[in-house]
Amino acid sequence: MENVGVCDEFVNLKATELRLGLPGTEDEKQKVSCGKSNKRALPETEKDIESTGKTETASPPKAQIVGWPPVRSYRKNSIQTKKNEAEGQGMYVKVSMDGAPYLRKIDLTMYKQYPELMKSLENMFKFSVGEYFEREGYKGSDFVPTYEDKDGDWMLVGDVPWEMFVSSCKRLRIMKGSEAKGLGCGV
Amino acid sequence: MDLRLPSKVLEHILSFVDSNEDRNSVSLVCKSWFETERRTRKRVFVRNCYAVTPEAVARRFPETRSLTLKGKPHFADYNLVPDGWGGYAWPWIEAMAAKCPSLDELRLKRMVVTDECLEKIAASFKDFKVLVLTSCEGFSTDGLAAIAVACSNLRELELRECIVEDLGGDWLSYFPETLTSLVSLDFSCLDSEVKLSDLERLVSRSPNLKSLKLNRAVSLDALGSLLRLAPQLVELGTGSFSDKLDQEAVSKLSQAFSEMKELKSLSGLWDVLPEYIPLLYSVCPGLTSLNLSYATVQMPDLVELLTRCSNLQKLWVMDLIEDKGLEVVASSCKELRELRVFPSGAEGLNDTNVAMTEQGLVSVSEGCPNLESVLYFCVQFTNAAMVTIARNRPNLTCFRLCVMEPFSPDHKTQQPLDEGFKAIVERCKDLQRLSVSGLLTNKAFEYIGTHGKKLRMLSIAFAGDSDLMLHHLLSGCESLNKLEIRDCPFGDTALLENAAKLETMRSLWMSSCCVSFGACKLLSQKMPKLNVEVIDEHPLETRPDSSPVERIYIYRTLAGPRLDMPEFVWTTQKNPEIGVSHLAIK
Repeated sequence: MENVGVCDEFVNLKATELRLGLPGTEDEKQKVSCGKSNKRALPETEKDIESTGKTETASPPKAQIVGWPPVRSYRKNSIQTKKNEAEGQGMYVKVSMDGAPYLRKIDLTMYKQYPELMKSLENMFKFSVGEYFEREGYKGSDFVPTYEDKDGDWMLVGDVPWEMFVSSCKRLRIMKGSEAKGLGCGV
Repeated sequence: MDLRLPSKVLEHILSFVDSNEDRNSVSLVCKSWFETERRTRKRVFVRNCYAVTPEAVARRFPETRSLTLKGKPHFADYNLVPDGWGGYAWPWIEAMAAKCPSLDELRLKRMVVTDECLEKIAASFKDFKVLVLTSCEGFSTDGLAAIAVACSNLRELELRECIVEDLGGDWLSYFPETLTSLVSLDFSCLDSEVKLSDLERLVSRSPNLKSLKLNRAVSLDALGSLLRLAPQLVELGTGSFSDKLDQEAVSKLSQAFSEMKELKSLSGLWDVLPEYIPLLYSVCPGLTSLNLSYATVQMPDLVELLTRCSNLQKLWVMDLIEDKGLEVVASSCKELRELRVFPSGAEGLNDTNVAMTEQGLVSVSEGCPNLESVLYFCVQFTNAAMVTIARNRPNLTCFRLCVMEPFSPDHKTQQPLDEGFKAIVERCKDLQRLSVSGLLTNKAFEYIGTHGKKLRMLSIAFAGDSDLMLHHLLSGCESLNKLEIRDCPFGDTALLENAAKLETMRSLWMSSCCVSFGACKLLSQKMPKLNVEVIDEHPLETRPDSSPVERIYIYRTLAGPRLDMPEFVWTTQKNPEIGVSHLAIK
């Protein structure tokens, strides 16, 4: 059913005239109800537009926008596959070493136990941690591996069971020198 | 006196005319030139499969050897075109099979290709040589088997980022032992493992093999043996690069790489472990093209690789390279022409760990004098950076910037990015392709309309204030061929005022904008040479003229309305009961 009253500008042939004049030289109010009046608002997903016929002005939380960023679905699926493989197993954490110019990142899920992790870190930063003792910590080296846990505390690597470590470790830091002594000598 | 050139002479002359643009001009001279040209054209490009009917093309160019077709609009890549919209290859294959038996090359992009299509190709074209499917879907590995078994002179089989129903790796085993003509094989988008021994045998009996792109399932170990069988490869796409190899296997692989003296292009490298990066060092100096966009390697390892790639012309990489890494590219890869930086987080900002900024691109623009094509995903940008880039690189022909957060302003001044894009279009006089992002007002589009005279393709999202923007573009950009817009407040007025422009363009796509149903109807009535498709999956029960449409796809066509529209595509021809604007009733 045509709603004649709403479409005055279509009855008015001027609006359909194919001419070179700029729009806005006459009074041309859009009667189309799709106000994106608040341009700062993140657009809704398609579902919202369809149900209300116009977009809301309040900005939603960072909802997924369809097709944004404009990355080919094929590529998105490839990255998603990788993420799904990694999910539920652990993650990449940053590793810093005192004195090193830049940080590294390692995937904790690549290791099964502490020795493997230590070996990898030793290879990566070309150092050695010495031997781990339950009471005294690491002996025989200036370097002490530490990690920041979920509470923001710096802990010695090796004290808790491996699984607990992987799930609570946010980042790693290999301390060196006097600072390390304070932590590593089993106080 | 008969001044006509004998057709044999004209044919001979035309055999030197390669470019279809020239051939199109030739065909306009007179009837006999039209006839001779059409009978001698060997390659046909149809860049919108609905612009013309398959029968018309097959009838006009019976001797054609090669057909290139594009189907869905570009935004289909980003899931903005609903499934089932169209782009079917079948009618084309049927028509060509009937009228153009010499066809031996088919290149399809964004089309729906079924197993029946592939079987038909295998059955109809005796000397079929080249099948390249880019971003296609609808077929399974069974269809591939049909091609493999029947095309005894097959040269190229390339599946680029297709969505394939993977029923297993058997298809590869269908290549007969007598097939020795293979030059290029790309099955990188398939999931299943193929039988290694069959692959090895295929490679061994293909002395002309120049390009091999493996899928992820091909192990690193297998790669070694394949490389030893094909050291002549010019293009290589590796499989997964992450298996744990023992020392011997590693050194064998290293040796295999160092034997590859012809290698120019490298891709794949899925899951590549940092410790395997050095394996690639020996091929780096020869590389002109490197696709690391699936390699989740961190910046330090990327840098090690890229410092050795002094001849690189094309680099695709993830934003894991960071600004610092691009600085290295700027100083090491002086021949760089094309740079693409992809986001490492699939959902964009929310899960990316790196912050790619304008700095990286500025460095590359400074260091690489031949840089002409850019695709750059980042988290922030500035006007000043764009001004610098434009000043450094007026030779840019393609500039696609995606600041991932919509409506992002210049992060230093908080201003819109209008001035930055102004600099780009003003300075880069040969710019043909532009994608804009960030906070933009009408001004940006005024600038683009004023200066973007060579612009052929323009992509816009989340931008602008009003209709004036669309008007600037349609009235200013003389060379505009493809315009795609999403989530912008463009509406009816600009569209209707510039309707004539639409006939000079290939297509216009607008989704989540402010185009009303009534305007679509009107446009459709006024412009019979355009197909005006309203694509609405959730239309309102009653459709007042003022209701906005979800998507509109407008393209010029000689074929009239298409016959394969799904129910969610509305045109006035297909839906005559809604087609007649109430104007006519009056």
